[in-house]
Amino acid sequence: MLEAVDLACERGGRSLFRGLSFALRGGELLRIAGPNGSGKTSLLRIMCGLLSPTAGAVLWGGAGIRRLREEYSRRLVYIGHAPAVKEDLTVAENLAIACRLAGLAVSPREIRAALEKFELSDWPVKRLSQGQRRRAALARLLLSQSLPLWLLDEPFAALDVTATRDVEDLIAAHVARGAAVVYASHQEARIDATVSRLVDLVAAA
Amino acid sequence: MLAAVRCVVYRDLLLALRRRSDVATALLFFVIVTSLFPLGIGAEPDLLRSIAPGVIWVAALLSCMLSLGRLFAADHADGTLEQLLLSAAPLGVIAAAKALAHWLVSGLPLVLIAPLIALQYGLPAALYPVLALSLLLGTPVLSMIGSIGAALTLGLRGGGVLLSLLVLPLYVPVLIMGAGSVEMAAAGLAPDGQLLLLAALLIVAAAFAPWASAAALRISAE
Repeated sequence: MLEAVDLACERGGRSLFRGLSFALRGGELLRIAGPNGSGKTSLLRIMCGLLSPTAGAVLWGGAGIRRLREEYSRRLVYIGHAPAVKEDLTVAENLAIACRLAGLAVSPREIRAALEKFELSDWPVKRLSQGQRRRAALARLLLSQSLPLWLLDEPFAALDVTATRDVEDLIAAHVARGAAVVYASHQEARIDATVSRLVDLVAAA
Repeated sequence: MLAAVRCVVYRDLLLALRRRSDVATALLFFVIVTSLFPLGIGAEPDLLRSIAPGVIWVAALLSCMLSLGRLFAADHADGTLEQLLLSAAPLGVIAAAKALAHWLVSGLPLVLIAPLIALQYGLPAALYPVLALSLLLGTPVLSMIGSIGAALTLGLRGGGVLLSLLVLPLYVPVLIMGAGSVEMAAAGLAPDGQLLLLAALLIVAAAFAPWASAAALRISAE
């Protein structure tokens, strides 16, 4: 389904990784591992098409994602470093707008359910703590269960124990449903998946 | 696709509503700049009447510039720009919606308040419709050309100054046609020619500017 062919990435004149190839099918979990500055975020951004690789290509169903553009991006959800929520809007407004932009039809009831699940009140985001903002971003996952590809950058950063477990369960359930999930993290998360792969960026440097 | 346009416009208008001071700043800037000229030049009715179209148009350009910096910068800072880049609609459509929202917030109020400024300069009432129409046709072009510049200078240090250097020269045709149409009407001639040229500029900008700013956004977001 998703295939990386001979990827190389250079940032600021320094080579982060090269000759990186892997393939990922539905129902598989992929962890991108490596120390800080090893290019985990760059690889994820390349995989969702926000960054163009120095060499190589990412293929979705055999076609290059640079050519597919929104045909590809409507099939994935990317949760990056930044929470990607607007400070002046409430959590529910943020979720509704993010889902509508991603082409997902969600009802207010589903959004309320997502807020409850992540124990968030419907406040303007500027009144929330960092951890709560992170949770507001991750609540999108609950509304994106129909999408076949999740790309998550450090999903467990700034989360408490229960929220971490919730997200781990969400990922495990999504993989069991036959979708592909990629996440970048220093440490191994406890996620049950039949096929669990690892891309170690230190080996590809 | 239309749903994406509606969503982005709704989002930006909602954000403007929550931050009314940002909207008021651009509008007050326009009012204050246009009010400074009579104070500096003196209350000579004929002179004021003859410079009014130019002054109003130049103030409109500057006021539009003032709010351009925020067009993509805020979204870039909090990460929502990445989500816009990954949306289900083509990026050109999203860029067009952003420019439309920018015009609704910072261009349309100028169109509405311009007759009041014209009154202050003692322009004959017959010129108000021409002035308003020229602004109505011209200010969307400013928003669209400006969105290309805002996308190109995204994330650069000193981007604000660079943005004005980049965009103001491109505003010259709009300024000439816009102010020209009002001056033609003031001289008793038909302003149709200038207004039609402004409309042509608007159509060309609407057709090409969103795609140019989409391409610029892709580069800047890397």
